[in-house]
Amino acid sequence: MADTHAHSVAFVRKDVIPESPPPARQTGVPKWLRENLFSSWANTALTIAAAWAIYMVLSSFLPWILNGVWDASSLSQCREILAGKTGACFAVLTERWHQLLFGFTYPSELYWRPVLAFIIMLVAFAPVLFFDLPRQMLVVTVLFPFIAFYLIWGGPLLTPIIAFLGCVAGYLVFSHYGKANFATGFFGGIAAAFIVWSIGGLLVDLVRPEEPWMTPVPSRDLGGFMLNMMLGVTCVSLSVPLGIVLALGRQSDMPLIKAVCVIFIEFIRGVPLITLLFVASVMLAYFFPPESTVDLFLRVVIMITMFSSAYIAEVIRGGLAALPKGQYEAADSLGLDYPQAMRLIILPQALKISIPGIVNVAVGLFKDTTLVSVISMFDLIGMIRGPILASTEWSGVYWELFGFAALLFFVVCYGISQYSQWLERRLATDHR
Amino acid sequence: MAEAQKLEISDEIAIDIRNMNKWFGSFHVLRDIDLQVRRGERIVIAGPSGSGKSTMIRCINALEEHQQGSIEVDGTLLSSDLKNIDKIRSEVGMVFQHFNLFPHLTILENCTLAPIWVRKIPKKDAEATAMHFLEKVKIPEQANKYPGQLSGGQQQRVAIARSLCMRPRIMLFDEPTSALDPEMIKEVLDTMVSLAEEGMTMLCVTHEMGFARQVANRVIFMDAGQIVEQNEPEEFFNNPQNERTKLFLSQILGH
Ligand SMILES: Nc1ncnc2c1ncn2[C@@H]1O[C@H](COP(=O)(O)OP(=O)(O)OP(=O)(O)O)[C@@H](O)[C@H]1O
Ligand SMILES: [Mg+2]
Repeated sequence: MADTHAHSVAFVRKDVIPESPPPARQTGVPKWLRENLFSSWANTALTIAAAWAIYMVLSSFLPWILNGVWDASSLSQCREILAGKTGACFAVLTERWHQLLFGFTYPSELYWRPVLAFIIMLVAFAPVLFFDLPRQMLVVTVLFPFIAFYLIWGGPLLTPIIAFLGCVAGYLVFSHYGKANFATGFFGGIAAAFIVWSIGGLLVDLVRPEEPWMTPVPSRDLGGFMLNMMLGVTCVSLSVPLGIVLALGRQSDMPLIKAVCVIFIEFIRGVPLITLLFVASVMLAYFFPPESTVDLFLRVVIMITMFSSAYIAEVIRGGLAALPKGQYEAADSLGLDYPQAMRLIILPQALKISIPGIVNVAVGLFKDTTLVSVISMFDLIGMIRGPILASTEWSGVYWELFGFAALLFFVVCYGISQYSQWLERRLATDHR
Repeated sequence: MAEAQKLEISDEIAIDIRNMNKWFGSFHVLRDIDLQVRRGERIVIAGPSGSGKSTMIRCINALEEHQQGSIEVDGTLLSSDLKNIDKIRSEVGMVFQHFNLFPHLTILENCTLAPIWVRKIPKKDAEATAMHFLEKVKIPEQANKYPGQLSGGQQQRVAIARSLCMRPRIMLFDEPTSALDPEMIKEVLDTMVSLAEEGMTMLCVTHEMGFARQVANRVIFMDAGQIVEQNEPEEFFNNPQNERTKLFLSQILGH
């Protein structure tokens, strides 16, 4: 081969030609245009068609936005102001702003409470999401659920305190006995928490003050985008740990645990979320003792959490399966026990692999919180479809309202997606 | 060889394997393994592929479960009792063919993880120990890099340092050099030689016969799940008794 090649080459240049500048048509904007938009007849045709389509969309859409009316008290007033021109009636957003955000029954003088809870949430999540921040900030994270509960629902101050003490008691029992025997610690911890909660529950009833500092707000008064945020945040934060537990359980050597996890995951994944929500709204009451009326919000949280944790469990199982067996063996051979090996070696790597999948589920879950509108909870979509579109002033204002809802959800979901990409880059240490 | 003689071997038994049998399903991998390793001994295990070498040393720290017979390590009987298993694992270091470093942790964190969590050593002390052993394997300057940034030979030396940080009394090596390029093999073997010179009890599965001659005081030949022959390296290489050993040696030394 080498021979024939050498013979077939007739001429070989010995010296290098000096560089010459590129022709003018080969640089800058004209070059880019020619290469990307007009490189062939087909390409040119497509470019022109696309430009025409963009023009058509913008020419009807831009006036609609730019002529938008922001100040009116009803759709008919909007139309008067527009006087035949095309234009949006954004006045519905300004006029019903509070209803869109908080629902229509949350007492308006208490709006500051969910807003404050939202601000504290940002502080509480920061150290979890951005782990370079000082670890002391985690104190806020730990206290946040109780503070937020107190702010949003109000009622006697003792309730969140008892709830917190119950968690502390459970944690103490677990960390004390869990080292020797995981099961003892786990169930002991749960028992301790329940003991504290039931004693505390009696206490709360006994010392119930005439006038609590924070006016209680029942769950059915929650609504608007606030309800979507509350459901989304609560369910995502609960379903990631539950999903991890389910994924590990599915890998377990113990047949009973494994069977429970497999059945749970497969059952939940095989059922539409909307069915589970109807179960939550009408049937779940049968499973709880008849005298206790479990809050609808709590029932919905349980259902959405179960639903998304089953999906997250499968995503994490994929991450676990992707790890080489050698990682388990190295952890074992160093004498790490099962919880240590999982926490320090296996899960950090498996979760890193699973980030895109988990984010996918989280984004889906957040959007699925709008499904609660079909069981007559007034979340953002519930508010739009119910009280706002049904009112005499605003019936018929579809584009503006649903466009606004889409925009709100898009902003949050896009933020989540951007965060996950940052996280993946930040965690990339394998340098492959 | 001269060095091998210099080193002292006590009479204390470090590993005592008696009549051990193991099956993978219906496949009988290890048959009637009897092996006593004294403290300070350096044993090289050789044999054709699939003969059960890896399986045997993996039984010693319970990465594989044996079904019959007994294994005692430092006087602790290896049973299904998790406490005993964890105790033995923290006394026995293991180095794998594919290094198995933790890619999400730095070199230093790889080395300090087990001492901190298993031995409960304060972080500062663990880091000092880790730096000591990283210096010993001659890569202290890589301490803050990630495993993916190191060459194969460097990674394997980190793996050795990581095991040493647990201050094990016994080290197991499963073909530590067979995933490496020739020029990296030497740096890893040098590390192992210096370890042997310090009197570490070592069991080493390897095809590096030069290493066996230099360091081992016993070579064990396995075939089809059995220990077929064992002898001092001199005798083993110059005067093999068993037919299968002869065949193996002619193949491995023939070229
Ligand atoms: N997990 C397993 N399940 C079933 N069979 C196995 C398993 N691990 C190993 N074996 C079989 O057991 C036999 C011994 O394997 P082992 O890995 O101990 O061989 P080896 O002597 O280390 O070989 P090599 O030199 O190729 O590493 C082989 O036939 C292998 O196919
Ligand atoms: Mg092997």
